[in-house]
Amino acid sequence: MSSLNKNSFIKSLLFYLPVFFLFASVLNEIDFNYLDIQYFSFNFAYTLIFYWTLKNPRYLNYGSIFLAGLINDVVIGLPIGISSFCYLLICAVTAYLRNITITPNFINDWISLLFTILLINSIQVISLDFIFSIDVNYMRYLINSGFTFIFYPIFLFLFNNLEKKIKTQKND
Amino acid sequence: MASSRDDFVIAIRSAFLKKSYQQKFSLLTLIFLSVIIVILGSFNFKPIQYVKIGINEIVYRSSFIISIPENYFKNLTIKLEEHFNLYDQFKKNQTELKNLKEKKLNNDFLILENKKLRELINETLQSDDLYAKVLVDKNSPYLKSIILNKGSKDNVKIGMAVVDNSYLVGKIIEVNYTNSRALLLSDLNSKIPALLEPIDIHAVVSGTGKNHGVIEYTKDDYDQKIKDKEIIVYTSGYGGLFKPGLPVGKIINDNKTNENIVNFFSDFRQLDYVKIVSYDIGSGN
Repeated sequence: MSSLNKNSFIKSLLFYLPVFFLFASVLNEIDFNYLDIQYFSFNFAYTLIFYWTLKNPRYLNYGSIFLAGLINDVVIGLPIGISSFCYLLICAVTAYLRNITITPNFINDWISLLFTILLINSIQVISLDFIFSIDVNYMRYLINSGFTFIFYPIFLFLFNNLEKKIKTQKND
Repeated sequence: MASSRDDFVIAIRSAFLKKSYQQKFSLLTLIFLSVIIVILGSFNFKPIQYVKIGINEIVYRSSFIISIPENYFKNLTIKLEEHFNLYDQFKKNQTELKNLKEKKLNNDFLILENKKLRELINETLQSDDLYAKVLVDKNSPYLKSIILNKGSKDNVKIGMAVVDNSYLVGKIIEVNYTNSRALLLSDLNSKIPALLEPIDIHAVVSGTGKNHGVIEYTKDDYDQKIKDKEIIVYTSGYGGLFKPGLPVGKIINDNKTNENIVNFFSDFRQLDYVKIVSYDIGSGN
């Protein structure tokens, strides 16, 4: 009986791990997106949302992504709602990709990620710079987009392993 | 041609409107909601501000708790680094102490003289201090700021100066009930009136988004004047927010870019406790 309970606990823990990662990444002080290293940063949240919503949106529901965006705005001091909008745009792209794709292809996904990041970072820069008159460093955004794109295969590998574990637990 | 257009429309409609996979909200609803929040937020719509304050209260505290393990490792690295550099630091400190002792004698005299002169022109300078703990120091490319654990219930107001020991760190830009946010001097949007001593030039210190500042709005001959001199940047007191004479940083030449930059006295990455200060400069005239 206790092993059954333990098993279901691990199952639900693994299932909510992507949500936990998302909230931990927006709440933590040490953020890969704003590392204190010159010419190096990447957006972990974008990669996480892109992968899990593309794979299966059951792991990361849109409501929690919206909430995580609001929290991110509050923590880093952006005008409230911008990150939510950007995160949900990623979800829109992944939902569209899921609908048009019959057999998933890594290269297609990877290139779609680049297109998505460039789109949402452009929207973010335009709204911050022109609507809210907040000075932004364009170069940092470009570097950030570049590294997020480059690092995607690494996270893909890690998340694939995690997903396999979640599936195995589910089938047990 | 028409069928591929139909496929595209069906895929888009399905992506935005379908509430599949046990989703409680459709994507389109949430996207609209976030756009509405952004627009209303830009007009300072009251309910959105209240929502923001509510989220602030919860998020800042949770962020502080979640960051405890990471901060522990961060502090551990700093402590180890300090430990390894102990001997070098001791030697350096010894020399510095000797020089400082000499300077202190001069300084004591100047303080007394300054006090007497202020009395002579009937000028009073009153300040209220409040110690605050740094809850979160998450930096972003657009906002270099820290979250402090004192808010409107402790009489913190927008515009109050934030100092680390006697060095200026920034100013309060957002006040919630139990916490507040201070914009650091290194932020791109930070601009403070300053005085460059000993050359006696008024200027503005602007943040760069990095860990240093730059001097702006000075006359062209400023570069010539600072050659081979040690220039200290103080607040000028213009604008009435900060007390005149608060040390900000030292001007150094950046070897990489060959530009003069302001190296702040305080290390903004290692702030644990700061002082929130409001000044009231009164004149009898």
